[in-house]
Amino acid sequence: MSHADTHSHDYDHDHKPKGFVKRWLMTTNHKDIGTLYLIFSLAMFIFGGALAMIIRLELFQPGLQFVQPDFFNQLTTMHALIMVFGAVMPAFVGFANWMIPIMIGAPDMALPRMNNWSFWILPFAFTMLASTFLMDGGAPAAGWTLYPPLVLQGGHNLAFAVFAIHMLGISSIMGAINVIATIMNMRAPNMGYLKMPLFVWTWLITAFLLIAVMPVFAGAVTMLLTDHYFGTSFFDAAGGGDPVLFQHIFWFFGHPEVYIMILPSFGIISEIIPTFARKPLFGYVSMVYATAGIAFLSFIVWAHHMFSVGMPLGGELFFMYATFLISIPTGVKVFNWVSTMWKGAMTFETPMLFAIAFIILFTIGGFSGLMLAIAPADFQYHDTYFVVAHFHYVLVTGAVFAIVGGVYYWIPKWTGNMYSERLGKIHFWWSTISVNVLFFPQHFLGLAGMPRRIPDYSTQFAEFNMWSSIGGFAFGLAQIFFCIIVWRTIKGKGTTKATSRVWEGAKGLEWFIPSPAPHHTFQDGAPVNDGHLAHVSSH
Amino acid sequence: MNKQKSYSSSSLKKLLWVALGVLVSGSAFAKSSLNMTQGVTEFSKIAYDLHMIVLWICVVIGVLVFGAMIYSMFAHRKSKGVTAAQFSHSTTAEIIWTVIPIVILIIIAFPSTTALIKMEAPTDADGKSITMDMTIKVTGFQWKWKYDYLDEGISFLSTLKSDSNIARQIGSGINPTTVENYLLDVDHPLVIPVDTNIRILLTANDVIHSWWVPEFGWKRDAIPGFVNEAWTNVKKVGTYRGQCAELCGKDHGFMPIVVNVVSKADYANWVKSQKGEQEVAEVKNNTQWSKAELMSKGEEVYNSQCATCHQATGKGMPPAFPALDGSAVVNGPLDEQIKTVVFGRAGTAMTAFGSILSESDIAAAITYTRNAWGNTAKDAAQPKDVKKIKNS
Repeated sequence: MSHADTHSHDYDHDHKPKGFVKRWLMTTNHKDIGTLYLIFSLAMFIFGGALAMIIRLELFQPGLQFVQPDFFNQLTTMHALIMVFGAVMPAFVGFANWMIPIMIGAPDMALPRMNNWSFWILPFAFTMLASTFLMDGGAPAAGWTLYPPLVLQGGHNLAFAVFAIHMLGISSIMGAINVIATIMNMRAPNMGYLKMPLFVWTWLITAFLLIAVMPVFAGAVTMLLTDHYFGTSFFDAAGGGDPVLFQHIFWFFGHPEVYIMILPSFGIISEIIPTFARKPLFGYVSMVYATAGIAFLSFIVWAHHMFSVGMPLGGELFFMYATFLISIPTGVKVFNWVSTMWKGAMTFETPMLFAIAFIILFTIGGFSGLMLAIAPADFQYHDTYFVVAHFHYVLVTGAVFAIVGGVYYWIPKWTGNMYSERLGKIHFWWSTISVNVLFFPQHFLGLAGMPRRIPDYSTQFAEFNMWSSIGGFAFGLAQIFFCIIVWRTIKGKGTTKATSRVWEGAKGLEWFIPSPAPHHTFQDGAPVNDGHLAHVSSH
Repeated sequence: MNKQKSYSSSSLKKLLWVALGVLVSGSAFAKSSLNMTQGVTEFSKIAYDLHMIVLWICVVIGVLVFGAMIYSMFAHRKSKGVTAAQFSHSTTAEIIWTVIPIVILIIIAFPSTTALIKMEAPTDADGKSITMDMTIKVTGFQWKWKYDYLDEGISFLSTLKSDSNIARQIGSGINPTTVENYLLDVDHPLVIPVDTNIRILLTANDVIHSWWVPEFGWKRDAIPGFVNEAWTNVKKVGTYRGQCAELCGKDHGFMPIVVNVVSKADYANWVKSQKGEQEVAEVKNNTQWSKAELMSKGEEVYNSQCATCHQATGKGMPPAFPALDGSAVVNGPLDEQIKTVVFGRAGTAMTAFGSILSESDIAAAITYTRNAWGNTAKDAAQPKDVKKIKNS
């Protein structure tokens, strides 16, 4: 183990607990919990992806070949729930656990036992959710948006889904409290708020979003539960309720939720780009303000998901204008990333490739988002494959690409092994080409009039669906390949030992501890030297 | 105009180039088969124009931003021996790229606002709100549409045409491309006159549906317990096809919409013939039917209205959709079964058919189920039995 950069710290005494149960089940170590989150997320990504493969298989050609329509609806519903709550969100919590304490020079998360609990709730919640596939009547089939009255026709899977969501909510809220408590209380001396890496900033803001909206979602699904089992009529017009009320509550949660899935991505990209451009992040302070601005706006745009429910003109105008505003801070971010690259000295290792693809493809998703914001045009786009293409561009080539880029960026630090750059590059090109074959034709399908969430389609949509499916299978396979790369890196097969710095241009505290990161870091506080930080070096 | 254009003639190679062209420039959007329809109403043209304006703005921004980035990736790479500059902010640049998007957004906001006002609060050239010439009520059911012509007293159901419905079943052995207008044809299309202001009221009987004909330029949700309002004025005679756009259960993909837009004279004739048919139906409701008549009509009604859930075999899809073959209700007292069909089953997908189907159709379907498959009730329901329960 190299001690060159560790100053006076002694990392020799690892004190890793012995035995599987003590090491993993009872762990309070932020790195181990981070690892658990990331592995769980990868497993859910594969599970949710497998469901998507069945969806694309059925949509490969017109006519029903493999699954009944009701099961198809179960697949789309569960694919979304698992990807959103099981894959993307836990992945970011995994990154937060691993990196935030190291990045701010803290020895661990502020609330380590709660940290353990918030992870170990998840496998139980998802087992409960997935078990509905085995029930009479199957899994929830009303879409991840769970709109009543349809969702209330679904039988007892509703109760399982609702309790699973409650558990996920508890887990997320505990995770968010932990992040906030850690960042506010455990920064090393000299680590002022405006010296924190942008990943830490984006997570701090995300944590506040989580605390604000997860209880709203829990409330909404609880009302579904009482409507179904206890005779209330929150969403039933016959009893004085209103089905559209659910949509308002759901999207008051749902829109911030999509930023919960994208803000930490912005953070990861803001770490990767400066490293490989060998140049400080451009406009650090405006990046922080832009993130906060996006978070604020996310609370006042929800009804743009509902332009077709028949809102008053004033409401439609308000939500259209408010949605327009989001493109301003988002644009600032994109311009800042490009300016960071400008006049740098770039190299293109796998994390950088994913980050660059993120910027281009996420921006394409942003463009279609701006188009969707135009209410009179949304009357055409709404609930078509154009929307499906839009949110997969922001969530797959956005959030997932950032996660994958982040894994390549930090896995040498986590494992002490340098992944195979050759395999990483193959994975990048394979994913990037196939993901565009998968999702780009869906824009055309939507514009040509194909509604979303249908198991079979009119023959005019056949060609593009076949393209999309071929892209889908290729993208799915690429992620199996990714699992192999990760496995080989962990096991040290075909890899080289990582240095503590890993990347030539890397700045930030995580690059001043050995690779792999020792079980305990910064137990005696971290020496924060402005020159170590990415964005305060050139002032 | 037939929406069922097939581009089977275009080779895969051409498609690949089109897709590639779009990836690079976005320009292929202008080709009609890839793009939003311009449609046949004022709304659809507005939506199309806004779509194109914003698309081109995005393309220009994209070319500039990605262009700068790609240039940078080639010019500012370490392998060229450059040294990284160390600047990290520029207030001027940041102000410029905050202000320019604001200006662009304001430019987009003007036409969008005008368009929205025109759609939601229609006025004529003098600013007076325009009057509607007729009103049609659209009701969404799982999984069919009901159309009520409120001024004429005409009312009928519109369901997926049976050739599509047979072909779409798993293992049907029928190639969908051999079915004309696969999944986009109905037994009874909506018929409306051209150049007429039509108010469309939307509601639903069970769950939320959404009524969408792309050529008309909008979709609007049909929500149970609420009445939504929209309007249209179609400028061109023709047949226009659409689909339900809001997930509404297992057969969400199988409740198309077909609108025949006809000349005003043809519309008047159509109204006359419909009223004649309704008189015939009224007579049928008041006559005694033979069991053979009931059985043959019943099979037809059953297959169009009941078989989506209870299946043509009567085996259903338990637990959501119970089997009728061997069912205690179907083999039990006649009045109980009539009650179930007329009033529906609260808390299940079983619709109250009393307000949807004629008494003779209900009687026929019930008679059919009581005598089909292994069912042994052997009796027959007459329209008057249904009327008695309906009025009870």
